[in-house]
Amino acid sequence: MKTENQKAWFFVLPVLVLVAFNALIPMMTVVNYSVQETFGDNVFFWQGLDWFEQILRSDRFHAALGRQFLFTFLILIIEVPLGIIIALSMPRKGFWVPVCLVTMALPMLIPWNVVGAMWNIFTLPDIGLLGYFLNHVLGITYDMTQNPLAAWVTIVTMDVWHWTSLVVLLSYAGLVSIPDAYYQAAKIDGASNWAVFRFIQLPKMKTVLTIAILLRFMDSFNIYTEPFVLTGGGPGNSTTLLSIDLVKIALGQFDLGPAAAMSLIYFAITLLVSWLFYTLMTKDDLN
Amino acid sequence: MQKRSIIPIVYILFLMLPIYWLVAMSFKTTNEILSGFSLFPQTFTLENYVTIFTDPSWYWGYINSIIYVSINTVISVAVALPAAYAFSRYRFLGDKQLFFWLLTNRMAPAAVFALPFFQLYSAVGIFDTHLAVALAHCLFNIPLAVWILEGFMGGIPKELDETAYVDGYSFPRFFGTIFIPSIKAGVGVAAFFCFMFSWVELLLAKTLTAVAAKPIAATMTKTASSAGYELGLLAAAGTLTIIPGAIVIWFVRNYIAKGFAMGRV
Amino acid sequence: MAKITLSKLRHSYYPNPKSPSDYALKEVDLDWSDGGAYALLGPSGCGKSTLLNIISGLLVPSEGQILFDGQDVTALPPDQRNIAQVFQFPVIYDTMTVYDNLAFPLCNRGRDEDTVRRRVMDIAEMLEVTEMLDQKAAGLSPDNKQKISMGRGLVREDVNVVMFDEPLTVIDPHLKWKLRSKLKELHQRVKATMIYVTHDQTEALTFADQVVVMQQGEVVQIGTPVELFERPAHTFVGHFIGSPGMNILPCQLQAGTARFGDHTIALEGPIRGEATGETQIGIRPEFVSLSDSGLPATVTKVSDVGRHTVVECNANGTRINAVLEGAAQHNTPEKGVDVHLDFRRDQTRLYVDGWLATDPQTSTEAAR
Repeated sequence: MKTENQKAWFFVLPVLVLVAFNALIPMMTVVNYSVQETFGDNVFFWQGLDWFEQILRSDRFHAALGRQFLFTFLILIIEVPLGIIIALSMPRKGFWVPVCLVTMALPMLIPWNVVGAMWNIFTLPDIGLLGYFLNHVLGITYDMTQNPLAAWVTIVTMDVWHWTSLVVLLSYAGLVSIPDAYYQAAKIDGASNWAVFRFIQLPKMKTVLTIAILLRFMDSFNIYTEPFVLTGGGPGNSTTLLSIDLVKIALGQFDLGPAAAMSLIYFAITLLVSWLFYTLMTKDDLN
Repeated sequence: MQKRSIIPIVYILFLMLPIYWLVAMSFKTTNEILSGFSLFPQTFTLENYVTIFTDPSWYWGYINSIIYVSINTVISVAVALPAAYAFSRYRFLGDKQLFFWLLTNRMAPAAVFALPFFQLYSAVGIFDTHLAVALAHCLFNIPLAVWILEGFMGGIPKELDETAYVDGYSFPRFFGTIFIPSIKAGVGVAAFFCFMFSWVELLLAKTLTAVAAKPIAATMTKTASSAGYELGLLAAAGTLTIIPGAIVIWFVRNYIAKGFAMGRV
Repeated sequence: MAKITLSKLRHSYYPNPKSPSDYALKEVDLDWSDGGAYALLGPSGCGKSTLLNIISGLLVPSEGQILFDGQDVTALPPDQRNIAQVFQFPVIYDTMTVYDNLAFPLCNRGRDEDTVRRRVMDIAEMLEVTEMLDQKAAGLSPDNKQKISMGRGLVREDVNVVMFDEPLTVIDPHLKWKLRSKLKELHQRVKATMIYVTHDQTEALTFADQVVVMQQGEVVQIGTPVELFERPAHTFVGHFIGSPGMNILPCQLQAGTARFGDHTIALEGPIRGEATGETQIGIRPEFVSLSDSGLPATVTKVSDVGRHTVVECNANGTRINAVLEGAAQHNTPEKGVDVHLDFRRDQTRLYVDGWLATDPQTSTEAAR
């Protein structure tokens, strides 16, 4: 049981200082910019909530937001079931277990720009392994610099390649913690494989799946580097996800006001949806 | 082997395919790459790697990255340990709110911080230093480290603390010689995730550096956008970035299954 | 209900066992009759859980056969053997209600809803859980969860054997006796063969009609609790059962009599066979008394256990316990005092290489 001790604040102080430095000061800057207009030379004019209105009404923002939600939706709907299925089919004991785990973890440790670059050269239409295979062996026309659908399929596949292992590893950790007796009892009870999954495995994996889904939601919603390196947001702006658009406005165009407003809205959406996810998935535990 | 083993096998093949392609390409000359498709390198060459190992603008990229990743890992884990202990053992004013606020920083889109960080770190005068990137990554890594460590610490009963106190241990001695060894799996997992995240992150690392502390990630993007698309060189550089990650996983392989659940299974 | 026969059963967890120590079960030949209540008693690692899992079908033995009513079921999977097993910790389906938990084995076998309802209500009433039927199983206390586990085992009408693998391990002590009595009651009502595995002699001796004592993969003795207490066939049984266990004194045989140091100890009766090997005398502390003559010893410790007193003595370097009725009194010797120990003759036995080697004296011999 925890004891009450206000001196605990000293323990937390270094963390607080470092994180606050990185979080609060920039946030103050962002809030500052979001309500002002500047034409340079550090001269600012009060704009009130104009930037927010402008962003929330802008088609460009809606389009980027829509693309982002679509992307995250596709990611979750593919990676979570796929990850669970792979975890279920992995061996529980034996020599192959560490081999599997190490090779599966590898994609997650590759710098994100290398992931993007890797998939770039992998999918080049005539000289990339996949591009060549699709275009010249299977006869499917595939060029993601020309075709938005091809670009979308590629960025989704790239993310599935990159991050499904996170779901696999977390699910696997949950699975191996289930004592054998549960499987033995299910055998005696005559339960089918589906019943075992539904009544034993899935409930016991609930905590780790919650972590996995939350992490995948947050990271896919905030994604920047990999799709940017792969497609640059194109062709056109068909794969310009929210982060990519924001960086374009902030660092590319230096439109401080709109960028700041957009940042705050972006952050707010992430927090809100994360909170919704978290509450929905843990509501049973509150009983 | 059972029939269902086919699933992980197919998945692992899927994972290895682009990596194979990257490695294969790193051993080809740019000529061979651009002139057509070949599954294996026809003219096996090491010239791409030679370039990287001999050109300072290349190999310093790796060294810079390793420097700031190490700094960040050490800082993050070091400050997270006492904080996680406080969250795990004590109640104090604002503790739940503080913990939640920490976690929200992990959720923040990096893109939101790109410009503000640029201005902040320039203003403080540490733009283009290893320390800058290391500190910037703390924004995400410290909350993660605190969260992971707190999960592991929850598994250590308070009785351990109390026994040490009764036995006359001072707090620093207890913390260093008894407590931390008992959660060493957690420390390993936290360090692993900090290393991993800092090593792979590009946006902030690129934004906060120019020349002196330029990470390998930024050096590579320079190559991709310059005229003459030196794909072989790019592939070699990319292949080399995979190696530190592979080494780290190999060392923690026994903890991956358990540790991944971050003590919360 | 079924008669269970174990024939030449051996099991090793290694793929290529070479020596006897590679075998978890060395050789078991047992017959269990219909409807009996049995206990498998022994310390950790003696092979009782292995044996249990072989009977239930969760483990296929390396050698040997199991027969249910004469039919070979050795290779039959658990769900076709009509057995039920209750594990060390409650195994229940958290997301289902208590009713659904109990109904699960029947639903899997396709029984109609009326039959299911009837059986579930019967079992629920037997286990006294009827009020909880609509609750989610996850929120119950461990002892209730364990009851549900038992209920799931009993709900099928065709259950031949119910096996319990140390089921009271996670139950609070003050609830253990309640569940134990419930088990006994269940046995009388359900009349299935019940096999109860435990390392706790109290549980075994109170539950079972017949106790199978195991050690290191072998069956050491089978008998009623009284038989095990009064005539242990092996020093292990004598030592394991009873608190404190039987006294074991090393001895030598000279011309048909047993000698402990300088002292001749009278045995219960004639010695069987040649008696070559390590010889020991076994006598339970309950039958050791303090008197004026007999084996000299020095008291090393006196423990007052309330209803009786345990006096620990040292005779020639061997520890001997004596149990005296009643609490320690003023004439109970204290530590350091020299006493004489008297052994009740008809309870003094010889053990050769651990096995019982004397027979009780018959009345004709006694008269001689």
